[in-house]
Amino acid sequence: MKIISKLWIFIVLLIVLSPLGLLLPDHFKAGSAWGEWGPDEIKNLVGFMPQGLEKLSHLWSAPFPDYAFKGWEDKPLLNLSFAYLVSAVIGIVLVVFVTLILGKALSVKDKKQESL
Amino acid sequence: MHIPDGYLGPATCGFFYLVMLPIWSVASGIVKKTLKAKQVPILAIGAAFSFVMMMFNLPIPGGTTGHAVGGALLAILLGPAAACIALTVALVIQALLFGDGGISALGANCFNMAFLLPFAGYYIYRLISFNAKPGSNRRVIAAGAAGYLSINLAAFLAGVEFGIQPLLHHTSSGQALYCPYGLNLSVPVMVFEHLFIFGWVEAVITALVIKYLLKHSPELLIDGERS
Repeated sequence: MKIISKLWIFIVLLIVLSPLGLLLPDHFKAGSAWGEWGPDEIKNLVGFMPQGLEKLSHLWSAPFPDYAFKGWEDKPLLNLSFAYLVSAVIGIVLVVFVTLILGKALSVKDKKQESL
Repeated sequence: MHIPDGYLGPATCGFFYLVMLPIWSVASGIVKKTLKAKQVPILAIGAAFSFVMMMFNLPIPGGTTGHAVGGALLAILLGPAAACIALTVALVIQALLFGDGGISALGANCFNMAFLLPFAGYYIYRLISFNAKPGSNRRVIAAGAAGYLSINLAAFLAGVEFGIQPLLHHTSSGQALYCPYGLNLSVPVMVFEHLFIFGWVEAVITALVIKYLLKHSPELLIDGERS
């Protein structure tokens, strides 16, 4: 098998395993990454709400916040794992699509080049 | 290491966007001259690899989480400029779609993870593997060291960016407006968690993938070194 095909299979394997990135921190009771707390969390941590932080934190409302579906914050872990997996698929498909287009546009044109 | 919206004040956000604009432009120019059409699928796989790596949050039990980035790995395979473009794509999609990293902080996050990380990783690899034979173990060690050191540099810089906020922006009574933690906390936390845990994860992943590719498909790496 060509190395490129093997590498793609490796990516698919990582996507399938991606919910571990949600389940492991939950199992070991680890919270958010340092400096990535939501506004409510930071208020609990430091005892006040930094005013600029509160305003700026609402700058953008992502369609899949924290690799989950909107409104799924309180769903069981099984549902969240499913959403995490779906997010990985959506994210990777988009990343691959954009880099292929960018790469094609930027890469050195060779008249004799073979197709991908 | 994905700084969210609200942690960096407008001065820091604007500064890093301004710094990233010429970097993106120069990196695209270099990619235009050096990236071969047959490397494009590797660029896509590299960006996808980095994206999914950053989803593997690893816990410090009872504490925080962190993850590998794979930036040095991409740079060793594709050169630092192409790695910069691939990582930028991953970071932009993470910010826009998944709210992982802020829109206002995107310039800073790209500087840390799409510029400093792959460029530092690349030159550390080149330095340590200088004159090493293609099959030499020194290349594998160089790759591990590049992964370890580059993610620590990026973490240090993120710590500095967090930590200067209380100095730059506060109310007249001294209350922080953005990130409330100063350098005395942000830098040690960011650096130690990467020195002791996440840096090693990055090192092992970088070294293992490079070891595998050196054995099975060394031509992929040599291309990254301006053949």
